[in-house]
Amino acid sequence: MDITFKQVSHIYQPNTPFAFHALKDVSFHIPSGSYVAIIGHTGSGKSTLIQHLNGLLSPTEGLVQIGDFQLEPGKKPKDIKELRKHVGVVFQYPEHQLFEETVKKDIMFGPMNFGAEEKEMEERIPEILQAVQLPEHVLERSPFDLSGGQMRRAAIAGVLMMDPRVLVLDEPTAGLDPGGQREIMDMFYRLHKEKKMTTILVTHSMEDAMKYADYVLIMNHGKLYMEGKPAEVFVQKDELEKVGLGVPEVIEFLNTFEQTFGASIPFQGQDIPKLAREMLRVMKRGEHDE
Amino acid sequence: MIHRLDPRTKITVIFFFVVIIFFANSLYSYSLLAIFALISALMTRIPPGYIIKGLKPVWLLVIFTFLLHLFVTKEGEVLFQLFSFNVYSGALIQGFAISLRFFLLILMTSLLTLTTTPIAITDAIEDMLGPLKKVRFPVHELALMMSISLRFIPTLMQETEKISKAQASRGVDFRTGPLKERIKAIVPLLVPLFVSAFKRAEELAMAMEARGYKGGEGRTKFRELKLETSDYLIFGIFTLVFVLFWLVRS
Repeated sequence: MDITFKQVSHIYQPNTPFAFHALKDVSFHIPSGSYVAIIGHTGSGKSTLIQHLNGLLSPTEGLVQIGDFQLEPGKKPKDIKELRKHVGVVFQYPEHQLFEETVKKDIMFGPMNFGAEEKEMEERIPEILQAVQLPEHVLERSPFDLSGGQMRRAAIAGVLMMDPRVLVLDEPTAGLDPGGQREIMDMFYRLHKEKKMTTILVTHSMEDAMKYADYVLIMNHGKLYMEGKPAEVFVQKDELEKVGLGVPEVIEFLNTFEQTFGASIPFQGQDIPKLAREMLRVMKRGEHDE
Repeated sequence: MIHRLDPRTKITVIFFFVVIIFFANSLYSYSLLAIFALISALMTRIPPGYIIKGLKPVWLLVIFTFLLHLFVTKEGEVLFQLFSFNVYSGALIQGFAISLRFFLLILMTSLLTLTTTPIAITDAIEDMLGPLKKVRFPVHELALMMSISLRFIPTLMQETEKISKAQASRGVDFRTGPLKERIKAIVPLLVPLFVSAFKRAEELAMAMEARGYKGGEGRTKFRELKLETSDYLIFGIFTLVFVLFWLVRS
């Protein structure tokens, strides 16, 4: 589903002394099937932004278009349930939403709310479990008996079970160990590729944004500060540092490399082996010159 | 200036105010208390609009009491008829008096909560209940329980909002549908809320123990409660009002 924001503003508690302008005139377009990272500081409006994606919030001004659904100021969208069925959201610490007696019931809770057939769902369970790498024997256990990492996976399985066409991830790996973080991020990437799922990732990690996203939105104080392909956005070190954000390690490394050896390697999203070869070539050329 | 009064002063004055308002029985005694309450409200320097807004849920109760008295009390002479009910003069007076009582009561208590932090209130209560320690009443523990529960109200509210958003995204509908369905929809909200509340309690207990907390015995305070000149002044004024009140009472 294509997602379009047209001059969207959101004000919390408008017309009171507590009014807070969380989004200011934000416009962008996310084509169907892309992987977009949203980066910004705490309080930059990321959370407010993603809550517009499944109608938890409506814009105070402007227009949000998600596929055929429209969110406009002051209008209660009619088929909000239909929208939420297609847009799955994995919130921060999703394990806090577990509540059923067994993992199986909790995983099936979402789709059942949207009127899915129980039988059909049961057939899909093994596939989902495999995706999140949970063993089958946890199905009949209470979600509260699982380890933290397993709880996170169970909660994510509950969202994936809805088979959403758009997947919104709000720092899905916060608080996990490095191994678990990579596993989960790789899983989302695989799903994105296999199912052509439009994926929107909110993150603090420049590395993740660099590695997975085809497009990056940088938020600052409720405004869209920068946008573009990761390789284009992340080379603008000064611009990023102005709003207190760093650049990914690769870029940092290449900058230092250039300062030390006086030879520049333009960054185009190369992976490590390729970069190493390029470096070698640059260094060798340097030797011949002398 | 009301903000800076010792919380014990405020609690004492309000306590006696609440008691004597039930002894008011004449126009003068009511006016005296009303004037006292209004002056206190003005002295807080809180915009009147804000105070009135805070009293909003109480208006219904006040109006309800007034109407109840209007139709039920049968004293004095019949003034006029309303929907084939006789309205007596006594009823009108009673209705006004009781509603005024309610209003003043709630106004004064809300002034306390508006001008005093919850911590200050619990501190004052702990201090004022101090004598009960002699009979082994767990005063400190009670005060601690109060301040902890007050502290966690906003946290729990935030948590509720977060969880309800997460469940709404999973297709739970809290707002529409038949009542039975809506009650059912509360389960996915309450269970995680309880789980996290228990977890928080455990963490808090652990953190307190790690920092050597072992009850009220021998514990000193960062902010000592101390009566200042303004407190004595307020006590003086209130005693004056108190005496005057018994004089004008009929």
